[in-house]
Amino acid sequence: MSKSKSAYSTPTKVSKLETHIIVVWVDNEASVLSRVVGLFSGRGYNIESLAVAEVDQKINISRITIVTTGTPEVIQQIVLQLKKLVPVHKVGNFKREDKNVIFKEMALFKVVGSAVKIKKALNACKKFNPVILDQTKKSAVIQITALRREIDKMIKNLKSHGLISVSRTGAVAMTRGAEIFN
Amino acid sequence: MPKLYTGAEIVFKCLEEKKVNHIFGYPGGAVLPIYDELKNHTSIKHILVRHEQGAGHAAEGYARSSGKPGVVLVTSGPGATNVVTALTDAYMDSVPLVCISGQVPTHLIGTDAFQECDTTGITRPCTKHNWLVKDVNDLQRIMHEAFEVATTGRPGPVLVDIPKDIQFAKTKYISLKKEKKIEIKNKNRFNQKDIDQLIELMNKASKPIFYTGGGVVNSGPKASELLRELVALTGFPITSTLQGLGSYPGDDNQFLGMLGMHGTYEANNAMHDCDLLINIGARFDDRITGKIDEFSPKSKKVHIDIDPSSINKIIKVDLAIVGDVTDVIKSTTKTLKKKNINLEKSNKQKISKWWQQIQKWRSKESLNFINSDKIIKPQHAVQRLYELTKNQDTFITTEVGQHQMWAAQHYKFNKPNRWMTSGGLGTMGYGLPAAIGVQVANPKKLVIDVAGEASILMTMQEISTAIQYNLPIKIFILNNQYMGMVRQWQELLHEKNYSESYSEALPDFVKLAEAYGCVGIRAENPDELDKKIEEMINIDKPVIFDCHVDQAENCFPMIPSGKPHNQMLLGPKDQEENKITGKGKALV
Repeated sequence: MSKSKSAYSTPTKVSKLETHIIVVWVDNEASVLSRVVGLFSGRGYNIESLAVAEVDQKINISRITIVTTGTPEVIQQIVLQLKKLVPVHKVGNFKREDKNVIFKEMALFKVVGSAVKIKKALNACKKFNPVILDQTKKSAVIQITALRREIDKMIKNLKSHGLISVSRTGAVAMTRGAEIFN
Repeated sequence: MPKLYTGAEIVFKCLEEKKVNHIFGYPGGAVLPIYDELKNHTSIKHILVRHEQGAGHAAEGYARSSGKPGVVLVTSGPGATNVVTALTDAYMDSVPLVCISGQVPTHLIGTDAFQECDTTGITRPCTKHNWLVKDVNDLQRIMHEAFEVATTGRPGPVLVDIPKDIQFAKTKYISLKKEKKIEIKNKNRFNQKDIDQLIELMNKASKPIFYTGGGVVNSGPKASELLRELVALTGFPITSTLQGLGSYPGDDNQFLGMLGMHGTYEANNAMHDCDLLINIGARFDDRITGKIDEFSPKSKKVHIDIDPSSINKIIKVDLAIVGDVTDVIKSTTKTLKKKNINLEKSNKQKISKWWQQIQKWRSKESLNFINSDKIIKPQHAVQRLYELTKNQDTFITTEVGQHQMWAAQHYKFNKPNRWMTSGGLGTMGYGLPAAIGVQVANPKKLVIDVAGEASILMTMQEISTAIQYNLPIKIFILNNQYMGMVRQWQELLHEKNYSESYSEALPDFVKLAEAYGCVGIRAENPDELDKKIEEMINIDKPVIFDCHVDQAENCFPMIPSGKPHNQMLLGPKDQEENKITGKGKALV
């Protein structure tokens, strides 16, 4: 630092990283997702997961849920920069630790093996509302909904029960109680 | 049945409704239908440039000097990619531009057609918003929205990409008046409580300072008038960023000069030591703040800005007022007058010590340089240019580098919209085309591009545009045969290894001027400088002025990298006096 040849200064204090869930309501129009994602990559923000789908077909509104980590200053910038985008209607920002918000991710597991093995796998998933979407004599596709770290753990556990393929979504979020976010 | 209009006609109808008088552009295959329509709209004059980057910068100069949005018209593919630098420049410096680009026909998009590129994809990060028009029925709405987005809130560039088949397709046109007004995003979000808080801080402060920026200029001429009133009312010192120059008179006693990396000693030290910093329309750019951790450590900070995302982006502030500068200052002065009739007097006593301290810093005369009677010093050249042009309404543009900083330091601006320079992006080659745009918007006025010989060669071709439209711009080149700022950094930071910063083969600028059909003047010694500058001013044609200056001159004062405001590197005179020549180098 002392003998910097750079024209730019480097900060010596860096605040702690936090994980936040950012919810963005946007017009469902061409290239809107790339505007949002481009903002993140262009400004060096981080995306841990992303979930997006149209939630109101009448007025063409999509809801984008982004899990991101950053210092409190960066998180604030993300929200303010997102609000500047023309197709963005509103932006919600929740801490991952926030007790008033529910976060869920979904995962599909393909398990291959004997009926006994599959049953074991299904049992292991019991806590996370497993649904069998497809079953043959040697295989099953199991759907679970859980938190990210729970799914991470399940993937590890199921390895020994014949797990051969995983497909999972980004997190989606909703507040608890009767209130909605404005 | 209502009359049907083609897409090309609709483009012009929208431009007419927006009272556009000039567009800067360059034709090509994918915009031919729009160019074909040009002849039917006599209120709109097209300025043909020589390169699309020139069109973009010319439109920027036009916008900055007139307060109206600049309009650019380019073709697909290379036309669009060439304008990207200018769009990025406008985005960084908040200049309202509407760029219309042609695109290959809809059915060919995505097939790598001739002169096809993903224009909206490429320009997405360098515009406030952009549109690809896929249906002619959307064109009118999009055109109006484009002007709305470009000119409201924090201004900036937008781009409308129109495929060739859409330019031919027909639809109805509904006049703007009948249309629903488009909702405006990001307007004022402050209330009286914020203003009261600001005034309380002002009352308490004993070392206050105003730090104003381009936002004051962007807010319109009224903002500058109000700022002058506010500064007079409070008796506070004021400093300005590069982009804000002119919004407060440069020769006024309360003005401390520009701040930042090449700002004055008094402005930077006052920023460092103040106890109240009122930022009006500036964005704490890294050329301003220096080392962030040690930026103005003892002050309460107020930030007035129209863009909420500028608040707390770089520097955490104590009071944020989101709104248009004009409206915020108006409310502030109104409340000030209502509540504190004697503020001026009481304040002046309270801050008199502060002014004494500022006078001490001022006495360093940090902009001083050692003049010579044998060789033209670049600072001297700018000072003479100022003295010989200050009695008329002069517009100055610049390129980027040492000459730009010397112009900012030594040319004193008294009005807003008279100073056009590329600050955020730092685009060499900005000044010549910008001067063209300024001259188009301000015919009969004196327009000078203070240039460097390296920068000017980047967009030299536009002198041909100036000739074509009889735009008598003056290109004042401070010729030191080096990329001066690069050379300076190499001298101070890279052990004088002047890697690739010397231009081996420069053109003879006088002959070059003649080749283009304008006038060339060369000045080589201080004795002839005044006479030749006067000669330049009196020629009613474009002039290229080749001013040979000291090659070794450095731009001081300077905040070395990674240093706070109160550790400035002063000029050679001061360095000798304090014998820190050796240490000074270690500083950087």
